[in-house]
Amino acid sequence: MLVFVTRRLLVALSVALTVSIVSFLLLHFSGDLATSIAGPDATAEQVEKIRVEFGLDQPIVEQYFHWLVSAVQLNFGRSYYFQDTVISLIRERLPITLTLGGLALGLAILVAIPLGVIAAIKQNTWIDRLALSFAVIGQAMPSFWFGLTLIIVFAVNLHWLPAGGNSSWQHFVLPAICLGYYAMPAMMRLTRTGMLEVLNSDYIRTARSKGLNESTVVLKHALRNAVIPVVALAAVELGFMLGGSVIVESVFSLRGLGQLAWDAISRNDYPVVQAVVLIIAVFYIALTFFADVLNALLDPRLRVR
Amino acid sequence: MKRILEVKNLQVDLPTANGTLRAVRGIDLHVNKGEMLCIVGESGCGKSMTSMALMGLLPKRAAITAEAMQFDGMDLLSLSKKERNQVRGMRMSMIFQEPMTSLNPSYTLGNQLCEGIIKHKGLSREKAKERAVYLLERAGVPYPEKRLNQYPHQLSGGLRQRVIIAMALMCEPDLIIADEPTTALDVTIQAQILRLIRELQQEFGTAVIFITHDLGVVARIADRVAVMYAGQVVETASAEALFANPLHPYTQGLLNCIPIPGKTKPGSHLASIPGVVPSLIGEFKGCAFENRCSVSTSECRRRTPNLAIKPSSADHQVRCPEVSLSFQEAV
Repeated sequence: MLVFVTRRLLVALSVALTVSIVSFLLLHFSGDLATSIAGPDATAEQVEKIRVEFGLDQPIVEQYFHWLVSAVQLNFGRSYYFQDTVISLIRERLPITLTLGGLALGLAILVAIPLGVIAAIKQNTWIDRLALSFAVIGQAMPSFWFGLTLIIVFAVNLHWLPAGGNSSWQHFVLPAICLGYYAMPAMMRLTRTGMLEVLNSDYIRTARSKGLNESTVVLKHALRNAVIPVVALAAVELGFMLGGSVIVESVFSLRGLGQLAWDAISRNDYPVVQAVVLIIAVFYIALTFFADVLNALLDPRLRVR
Repeated sequence: MKRILEVKNLQVDLPTANGTLRAVRGIDLHVNKGEMLCIVGESGCGKSMTSMALMGLLPKRAAITAEAMQFDGMDLLSLSKKERNQVRGMRMSMIFQEPMTSLNPSYTLGNQLCEGIIKHKGLSREKAKERAVYLLERAGVPYPEKRLNQYPHQLSGGLRQRVIIAMALMCEPDLIIADEPTTALDVTIQAQILRLIRELQQEFGTAVIFITHDLGVVARIADRVAVMYAGQVVETASAEALFANPLHPYTQGLLNCIPIPGKTKPGSHLASIPGVVPSLIGEFKGCAFENRCSVSTSECRRRTPNLAIKPSSADHQVRCPEVSLSFQEAV
């Protein structure tokens, strides 16, 4: 197990390094940064001045290492647009996105896995159909529309919850439901198909032949094996929610990382873009690593490699 | 001898897209305490369905009826789900065909060996482990203590089958149903496992229903034999009587198919029974073996034969009008 974890950790680190190179290069090849920072009205001298000031005249490898060394120390420089350091912007925005993503994922797991299990046990009954329709609606509904509907119903008409902002936990309820429902259908379907497959397997028949209770058969013997692909999916979905929750964040006026990325991209604020891309990538990699470890804990066969 | 299991007119119907498949069409069988009953038959003759019906492990859509299904005085069909769970696993257990897939890959062997006895007999984990180690040792598993913490994927197929055998013996059941336990194994391992099942069965006095398609296996281990064809028992007798004096044309055909070393010429065609098993979907009239039988008459197509008892030995029964006719002549 220790060998497994170490090996996975090394893989994760090398992936992180690769991502950092790619994200660094992508921005540098997207156009002359000095020109775009200086703006359309700048003179050639001003552009040159900016080039020197931001170190953009150095060789690209040197620029990369300089940037990487600072990035590891969480020093991402200053934002071009916001009057602040990049790291303090991220410190301000990241907790909001993490809270939202964590709540949404938790909600999705809490609903999707039991629902998938029940749908599989009651395959082809009305309960199964109801669960599947619930999933189809979640997949078909655009999240901005669902978000607005939630606001109209629960904030505007019923006054139960606030419509936007992030000053209390109540502010996170509606966005978490909105984002969670988006992540739920895939997880529920995967749980359901996994359970259907596992429930037909020989070792479930063995478990039944031992006269175990149905709940032991389903929850101990079947679920643990059925949930393995769901763990990997949940990791990917959380990663996706951290980077891609721009729509939900803007509907609910949550100033999270997605919003920050969007603002930075539209303003060519490249230190911010790089930092956000890197942080989201590192989260993705960390999540994949944890999913791998969790899966190895669930399924001993995975510990070998 | 006391009977541990008595089944009368067991029927299993499975709904399919083309109509109802009558997988088991009225089986009568009994198992005495401590005896080895072999059920032989080709694929699709209903032998696995019979074992699943006895264990109560049939798929939900299957319809099961029987005049009687008595296990040690209990009517299995009228037991509640909870009572059935008590009997299954504790008093009757099962050994499966596929050792590679019959163990849960995610739990240790110790966990899987002990969970049944802990549930049924309320044993402590330590006591359960002691018994598991003892039985693993008896089942010929080397380093039994170490195995408790191992996972199924760390063992070979033969070893896994030994673990499954030990698992079936954990609660000291009165009856074990072994559904082709050696089919998926190498020939050399097959012989070892057969010997092991026979030894343990005699040592613990457990009754065993051994399901197989291999008459060679039957000859080596059976006390009594039931030959199944198309969802029915066509002949039942003690192993000795069956091999010495097979009565049903199907049994005779099966025995003819076995090559005999020294007698069968190398390279020559092996004997076979011509024709195929009839479809068991929908109602069926007459003898199921009629289309492949060498002694069938026009009567066989019209009348469904019953099991007839051979006059000289009550234990030998056969489902063939031509053969039972000869019984009457003899009397």
